[in-house]
Parts: sequence; structure tokens; C-alpha cells
Amino acid sequence: MRALKTARPDGWQDPAPSRLSYRLNRLWLTPLVRRFTRVGLPAMVLALSVGLYLQDAGRRGDLVSGFVSIKREIQDRPEFMVTLMRIDGASGPVAAGIRAMLPVQLPASSFRIDLETFRAAIAQIDAVAAVDLRIRPGGVLQVDVTERQPAILWRTASGRLEMLDALGHRVATLTAREARPDLPVIAGEGAEDRVQEALTLFAAARPLAPRLRGMVLIGERRWDLVLDRDQRVMLPEAGAVAALNRVIELDRAEDLLARDVAVVDMRNDYRPTIRLGAAAMATLRGEALDETKVNGQ
Amino acid sequence: MTDLYQSQRAMRNMRRAAMQRGVIAILDVGTSKIACLVLRFDGPEPDREDGLGPLAGQSQFRVIGAATTRSRGVRFGEIDAMAETERAVRTAVQAAQKMAQVRVDHVIACFSGAHPRSYGLAGEVQLADGQVSENDVARVLAACDVPDYGTGREVLHAQPVNFAVDHRTGFGDPRGHVGNRLAADMHLLTIDTAAVQNLLYCIKRCDLELAGIASSAYVSGLASLVEDEQELGAACIDMGGGATGISIFIKKHMIFAESVRMGGDHVTSDIAKGLQVPFATAERIKTIHGGVHATGMDDREMIEIGGDSGDWEKDRRRVSRTELIGIMRPRVEEILEEVRAILDVAGFDHLPSQQIVLTGGASQIPGLDMLAARILGQNVRLGRPLRVQGLPQAATGPAFSSSVGLCLFAAHPQDEWWDFAIPAERYPARSLRRAVRWFKDNW
Repeated sequence: MRALKTARPDGWQDPAPSRLSYRLNRLWLTPLVRRFTRVGLPAMVLALSVGLYLQDAGRRGDLVSGFVSIKREIQDRPEFMVTLMRIDGASGPVAAGIRAMLPVQLPASSFRIDLETFRAAIAQIDAVAAVDLRIRPGGVLQVDVTERQPAILWRTASGRLEMLDALGHRVATLTAREARPDLPVIAGEGAEDRVQEALTLFAAARPLAPRLRGMVLIGERRWDLVLDRDQRVMLPEAGAVAALNRVIELDRAEDLLARDVAVVDMRNDYRPTIRLGAAAMATLRGEALDETKVNGQ
Repeated sequence: MTDLYQSQRAMRNMRRAAMQRGVIAILDVGTSKIACLVLRFDGPEPDREDGLGPLAGQSQFRVIGAATTRSRGVRFGEIDAMAETERAVRTAVQAAQKMAQVRVDHVIACFSGAHPRSYGLAGEVQLADGQVSENDVARVLAACDVPDYGTGREVLHAQPVNFAVDHRTGFGDPRGHVGNRLAADMHLLTIDTAAVQNLLYCIKRCDLELAGIASSAYVSGLASLVEDEQELGAACIDMGGGATGISIFIKKHMIFAESVRMGGDHVTSDIAKGLQVPFATAERIKTIHGGVHATGMDDREMIEIGGDSGDWEKDRRRVSRTELIGIMRPRVEEILEEVRAILDVAGFDHLPSQQIVLTGGASQIPGLDMLAARILGQNVRLGRPLRVQGLPQAATGPAFSSSVGLCLFAAHPQDEWWDFAIPAERYPARSLRRAVRWFKDNW
């Protein structure tokens, strides 16, 4: 015997959650568990799988080389190629030097030209005052050079002639004085550091220019003006321009420098002194000039 | 007594912890439905100078999850089949959690059955220093003579209702008053221990912790009585499925609570028996066509009651609505007469205002207020619960007044006996806490 109808129809399902599902549901609603499952666990799985994959050195190498080849492919696209270098504002030898300094063989990808390093290298050239580098559309490496203008010649202790600009920076070496007769010459130890002072004095000594051979820095503190016929004008350390003007005025009034004067000593401005040449001295003393004697002894 | 005192204190601490976490669930274990609401507390609202606040001070919490399920295994508002009830609680809690998207650990529960019984307690102490101190309040509450309410019963509510200093009475808060004698009245509500234990066990089986427990008659009074009714005196009749709770309020305190072990389910079972239909059909007929006043029109309104027997004659049965009302009305009258008897015993007719508020699911029977007015007195109205923030529309009906009342209870529990300090004399003689207490009181 059995009941005609079961107490509960066949499709009946208890709407209540089971104890387990209730507990799991509550666990899932716990913030910490939820955050761990949704963030922590995936991150851990991801890190683990990536770590396991990269454990093999061969795979790592493959990955790196693949990456490198893709990178190279992109860099070598024609849009990024630099085909020629254009140099503006540089003289022939400087331009040739810059061309020789280019680290890569053109055509090359613009990614492979380190403009900053190249610019620094060009700026190292003495003759270059400023340089501006950019890659123009069309694959042209544009180099805009501003050259240094030589303002003075400097005879070094070893006898070499160097061209310096107005700030005293070396421009180039000169093989012969005749190449640049327009530039004045300075000499003496430390003279290259006082180019501006020398240029001021040269400007002041313009009336003497036809006879001026150069200037010598004495003891790194004062200048000697050297004229032809071995004449010297010794200028004081302070007030050199005034002393020079005085000599020029003397020369204009008394025709001082045309006479047989070996040295005009202006070092003490209260007492300008001149040293006569050997012939004049002899004449003054009524003696015959002894040609064998060395001047100044 | 001390044991209960401790357990109630533990529940209060639990409630405080839940407030700190900001989420608490309330669970209304009824005979016909189990409702679970999840509340989120946003901390206390800022105090205003005039003491008012938005939404009558209820804006500090918000209902973020609500679920109702058909109750299983509950009879007369008491748990009958534990496993079934546990499943129903699980269903409701899980659904509410799903809606709230938050896990709740603390729950405040209420139930309507378990034979609540009210006692009025009075205590009196002499004041030592002529002024009422906090310690004196604790002493006078401890001095209340507890009646012998029998074994197997437990105190559910013990609320100080009134304080009197010398001959002046009616104080809510007597601290600081000058006098020689402090007297207190307390309302004590006891219930069957077994019912509480069963509920505790069910909630524990659901991995929840009980943060408070309340009588549903009390909390539905909180939700459905308006403020002046609570102040001037009113009775709240919470007509549930298996039990009808009665609570009387005056001066914003509950002074009496009882329950009639009859409710809407009995009406349904009468219909099922009278019309020989299944319980579910009877419930449907009751809710759709039910009423308590028959008119001439109802004679002509025929209701298909059907049947699942396969017999054509039986499955084609029809009854008039008058017949249905004829079945329902005696039972409803019986319930209301029981309520009347209880109100008479409680001395309700001595209250200054005798407002009666009908609420609960069974109060939705059309015409009930007219019938109740005949039996209970003229001041009868149908009550719906207070509106609280975030409550779904489906849960705003009178059937949810005890759920909403529990929300209010969770937010602002009334001070009960166990919220006051224990007087030093009550501690064991050699206790360290007694010494600490003594120092606190005397410095």
C-alpha cells in the first residue's frame, strides 16, 4: 500500500539553500575572500604560469630575439631611414671632419643615430661654436653649424701659431703667419687667457698698426707692444690703454718711435722712460758704434 | 536572574559590535512568513540644536536588503520543527544578503508566541545623600521585587517605566533630583525559555549571532503607533498568522503585552475545513475574496473554489461570498473577543486615551476595523508601519510592522534593566570588580 499522492510532487525542490551552499554563499560575501578570489588568485595563477613558461632559457631567448627582430623591422622601415646628411654653415675642412665623425654608415635608421651624442661630438670640434642637429622629413640629417670666428693669433711656447676667437677659444692651428696677415699676434705665457684684453689694446694701438708686430704678455700680468726694428713699448699692468694712448700722442708729437729708441718704458706713469738704441747711445756718447756688442748688454 | 542579565548584556555588546561594523540583520520569525531585513548604519546623525532630525531620527540607518519567505515549521509564533524553520531562516537570510551584497553576522530577532506574560514591578530605596545619582537608579532597579514567574520562563524585556522621587512621580530620568526616597516602576515581560532556546539554536545553526531579541507585540507597537498614541495611551493589536500580539503603550513605554494564540492561519484552516479545500486554496480564497461584513451583493458573488480530485462535481464547486464571510467572521470575532478580554484584564479602559491600532497581516481583512470597533471600542484604526529609508514597497504593508519595528528597536533600543550599572552590593563579596565599583561610586 502506498499513498495515492506523494506528499510532494516530483518536480518539487526545496527553495532553501543547503547548509553547504548557504555557507559558501556567506563565504563568497566575505570581503577578504572575495578580493582574494577576484584579484589575488588570478594574479597568482598568471605569475605562476608566466614564471613556469620563462623558466626555460631557450624560451626566454626565443622571446627576446623575436622582440629584437620585430623592433629592427619597425626601425628599418623606409619612413625612418636617414639617407643623407646636410651640413650648413661649416667651411670645407670642418664639414669634412663632421662627415668623418658620423658614427653610422648612411643610409641608416634614425633610431640608430644618437643625435645627442653626435651633437656633443661635433661640439667638441674647436672650430664649431654651436651646432644644431635634427632629422628633417624625407630622411635628411640636417646639421646647422655656427663656426668660431678667429680674432687673434697666438704664438705658443713651442712656436706654433694658433688661431683664437674673441673669447680665447682655439679655432685652428695656422701653418704660416702669412695665411692670415689681418690678425694680430700675441705671445707669452698665459696670453691665450687674456685675449679680450689684448684685443682692446690692439684696437687702441691702431695708429701704430703698420709697424706693430704683436704683443707679448710678460709675467702673466702686463703687455709689451712689439714693433718692428725690435722696438718695444712696455705697458703697465693697470691703465695700459691710457699709457698706450700717451705713447701714441708722444709719437705723434715728437715722432718718438721713428727715432732710434729701443724701449719705451711706460710701467711707471709718473716717469716714462726710454732706452736708446745702441747707435743712438754711441752717438750720444760720441763713440763709434760697436757692431759686435749685443744690444742691451 | 543573573544568568539572564549576563546574556542580555552580552547581546547588547553584540549589538554594539554590529553597529560598529555597520551592518545588522533583523529577522521576524512569524507563523506565516519569515522576513529578513539587512540594515546599514551610517553612524549617528549630527545633533541639531532643536533636537529634531530628518525622518524623526530614523535617518541613521538604511534598509539595504529585504527578503521574505514562507514560514515553515512555525506554529503559534513558536518554532515547532527546528530543521524546517532553520531552512526557512536560511532562505530569507541568504536572499537578503544577496540583495544587500554584504555578509551579515549579527541578527536581531523577534517572535510572537511563547506565552508572553507581563508583570508590573515596583521598587523603592532611601537616598543616601539627598540627590539621585546614577548609582541610586541602579539600586532602585535592583530593589524591585521580582515576582515568582515560574521555572522554564525567562525575562525578555525589563523596562523601567516610571520613576518617582518622594511624592513626585512621572520622571523619565530622575538623576539629579533632590529627595529622600526614590521609587521605580518596571515592566517585566517573561516568555517560555524553550521557545527562546529553539530560536537561539536555529540562528546559531545559520552561523549567525543573536544581537538582541524582542517581543513582536512590542516592536509592532513601536512601528505602527504614532508618537501621540504612544504618549497618551494606545493598544497595538498585531494580528499575525498564528498568534495575535497585544501591547499597550503609555508615556512612550510599553506597560503590558500579551498574545492570543490565534491568528490568520486559523481563519484559513476554518475555510479549508468548511469548504473542504486544500490549505493553499483556502489561503488564496481568503486573501482575494475574504471579508467580515456580508451585504446583499455578496450573495450573488460566486467564488470558484475548485478542487484537485478529478471528480467533476467536486471540482466545479462554487460558494457565495456570503458563505465565505460566514466562515471567517466567527473566527475573527473570537480573536477580537479574546483580545477584548485581555485588554479588560490589563485595565485598558483606565487609560486616558483608548486608541486601538490594528496591524499585522490578518488586519488586512476588509471590514475588520468596523468589526473591531464593535468589539473593542470606537477608537480603532488600521495601522501601517512607519516608513524607513530604503524599505522596498512590497515590505511596507501592515504585515511588516514588526519587521520595521525591529529596525527601530535595533537603531534605538530602549534602556532596559541590564543597560544600567550593577550596584556594588550585587557583586560577589570578594570580587575585584566590586572593589573597582566601590571606588568608582565613591570618587
